[in-house]
Amino acid sequence: MTADLGYGMTLIALGLAVYGAIAAGVGARTDRLALIESAQHAALGVFVLVTACFALLTYAFLTFDFSVRYVATNTNLGTPFYYRITGVWGALEGSIILWSWMLALYTIILIVRHRVGARELYPWALATMLGILAFFLLVMTVAAPPFQRQLPVPADGRGLNPLLEDTGMITHPVALYLGFTGFTVPFAFAMAALITGRIGDTWLVLTRRWTIVAWYFLSLGLLIGGWWSYHVLGWGGYWAWDPVENAAFMPWLTGTAFLHSVMIQERRRMLRLWNISLVILTFGLTLFGTFLTRSGVIASVHAFTQGSIGILFLSFLALVLLTALGLVAWRWEALRSEGELDSVVSRESAFLLNNVFLVAAAFTVFFGTVFPLLSEAVRGVKVSVGAPFFNQVNVPLFLSLVFLMGVGPLIAWRRASLDNLRRNFLWPVALGIVAAAAAFALGVRSLLAALTFAATVFVAVTIAVDFTRATRARLRVGESLLPAMGGLLLRHNRRYGGFVVHLGILIIALGVMGSHAWSVQTETTLHRGETAELAGYRFRFDGLTAVEESNHFKVVGAFTVSNGRVLGVLRPAKKFYPQEQAPIAYVDYRLGLREDLYLVHGDFARDGSQATIKLQVNRLVSWIWIGGFVLTLGALLAILPERHKTA
Amino acid sequence: MKRLWRWLIPLAAVPVLVLLAYGFRLSPRDIPSPLVGRPAPVFALATLEGAPLELATHRGKVVVVNFWASWCYPACYEEAPVLERNWRGYRERGVVVVGVDIQDKREAAVKFVGDFGLTFPVVQDLKGTVSVDYGVYGVPETFFLDRQGRIRVKHVGAVTDDVFRTTVDRLLAEAVSP
Repeated sequence: MTADLGYGMTLIALGLAVYGAIAAGVGARTDRLALIESAQHAALGVFVLVTACFALLTYAFLTFDFSVRYVATNTNLGTPFYYRITGVWGALEGSIILWSWMLALYTIILIVRHRVGARELYPWALATMLGILAFFLLVMTVAAPPFQRQLPVPADGRGLNPLLEDTGMITHPVALYLGFTGFTVPFAFAMAALITGRIGDTWLVLTRRWTIVAWYFLSLGLLIGGWWSYHVLGWGGYWAWDPVENAAFMPWLTGTAFLHSVMIQERRRMLRLWNISLVILTFGLTLFGTFLTRSGVIASVHAFTQGSIGILFLSFLALVLLTALGLVAWRWEALRSEGELDSVVSRESAFLLNNVFLVAAAFTVFFGTVFPLLSEAVRGVKVSVGAPFFNQVNVPLFLSLVFLMGVGPLIAWRRASLDNLRRNFLWPVALGIVAAAAAFALGVRSLLAALTFAATVFVAVTIAVDFTRATRARLRVGESLLPAMGGLLLRHNRRYGGFVVHLGILIIALGVMGSHAWSVQTETTLHRGETAELAGYRFRFDGLTAVEESNHFKVVGAFTVSNGRVLGVLRPAKKFYPQEQAPIAYVDYRLGLREDLYLVHGDFARDGSQATIKLQVNRLVSWIWIGGFVLTLGALLAILPERHKTA
Repeated sequence: MKRLWRWLIPLAAVPVLVLLAYGFRLSPRDIPSPLVGRPAPVFALATLEGAPLELATHRGKVVVVNFWASWCYPACYEEAPVLERNWRGYRERGVVVVGVDIQDKREAAVKFVGDFGLTFPVVQDLKGTVSVDYGVYGVPETFFLDRQGRIRVKHVGAVTDDVFRTTVDRLLAEAVSP
């Protein structure tokens, strides 16, 4: 019953989306307003129906409606309330609903915001959005239907993947998908620009804030994913260059490149072709990411299911790429730059270099991810690419990007004079060198760490220099200090929002560097009462207790941690779920600004007399999450509506 | 005069799409190896301590060649104790375990061996030639060689006690041909 209702609504939504896409396209072509309005109504209908599907599935989860197969496979009577909600998008079928719903939501926002004021581009953008939405609804009907009957209705379901029983599961997929789907809007406008031949800057200005929003959510999704990996998976890391992590990271890299290169186009009328290509690439990579996660082509810890969905996604990816690149070819002449690069020492070239590095990083990650496939196809030899490859190639790229982060925003447009360079960079460079020297004096012997310090200090000082100078200028015209600073942030919110985001990235870079360079770990077996030592901390094993939870059974170890004085008790556990063959480790940790204590439970004796544990002291990891907060503030500042300069 | 070559731009996407389509023909978890039944590629590499190790010298024994890396979590971390335990249990009966560390840093590999207290010989395949010879797709992969030096079983993923014992027992039970 529930299943049929949901399936019926999905079918109608699909029909409406197809109709809307065609109506908007024909309306735009023949300039018939009525058709475009009709497409808007269709979009509204799709949104209402997908919302209803989503609500219906959630309701089925909450009421344990096992007549729906998806509910029966992803929940059971023991699943707590909270995870019955997150379970809705915990597996393939539900994740597609969430995806479609967000896409429908973005379509509605697009209608509300751009219906008036972007007359030429808007109908084509709407048609593109609805076309893409139609594809996801098609997936929902044929390849991964969330509403399928389960007969006979089982008394209990199988249960959610225990690794997904985590608070991060409400935010991580939501943020990530908001980011993924968010890039559809710039793509849709880019397509509209190509179709109409209005390749000027209009589409860029229209999508500027959309891009920042999408970029921000993607960043947030990646960070939360790292946090989830860190505190749930129990290997003490937050990033493993897993194919699926890479899948989300690639559009982030090209999206970041796009965010920067649009500024050159706005200012200098250059890089039109490049910007269009970056948008196509970014959107293509979001589809590729979805394809990777769901096709089963590349094995990964993110074991989503497989089946016909892979073929469907691949065909759609082919359709999108061939159409988009075909349009680029069609508009080739119009895409040529008007401006030219005047000098190598200029803001344009700093931004260009930033773009080259970002795209190179994206290419590296892409190459490493598909290399196993490529190698087998070409040579018949199976090989794999591990973390060392990604690190070796990307670390120098990222370090250079951090450095450029300091150069780009301050160096002059067109051609930087020596005076401009000295005025802007004398102090930052000097202090950067001092920072590296200080690090060396304090006993840092890793070249990479010293370089990272130097680069981050350099960038931080450039930001400080710029901000102080601008504040001083305002003080000179008689403003007092705080209003001057506040006014700067709000009036030039895009610029200073960008700076705050840069600060966030710097903090993240320090955290990543610190955790790689200085974390320590050990693994040991302790008898009850025995103590292990690591990095000045003592961990005493106090014993094991068994606890029965609503949907699993767990064995909890108690370890008293001290460094001279007792700091507290950490309780890592092993959880045994009836639906899983292997127990799931539950990490316990104590976060700190300088270092985290991190305990993972291994094997144990049944009588509780001994236990194997992995101890880690992870350095500076918390700064990654702190950097995430700073980045959030910066992104919020950057998307505030622009104020017109009145004073 | 219109330039026709620009229509070649969309073709740029084709190789990638073809490659991905090719991916459907494979299942990464189930990898048949054409090497099963063939003589195992021999190699001579240095162990982590610097001693030379030649595979050929172990002819006549049942050899377990395990490809691993310190960055391969969790599978390599799961199987390391299993390999060590079974190596200790079987070494008296003419079984040799050889670890081949690939795409790794020396310090990380030494630390891994120390952390797990591995006592079987571990060599580093710095140039990756041995991994290529064995067609290693990802770590961990384990090859079980019979006394004639032929690859008999290829195991992908972490080795369990069960896999190790059944395979090695079977190979030990085979008559030794002259």
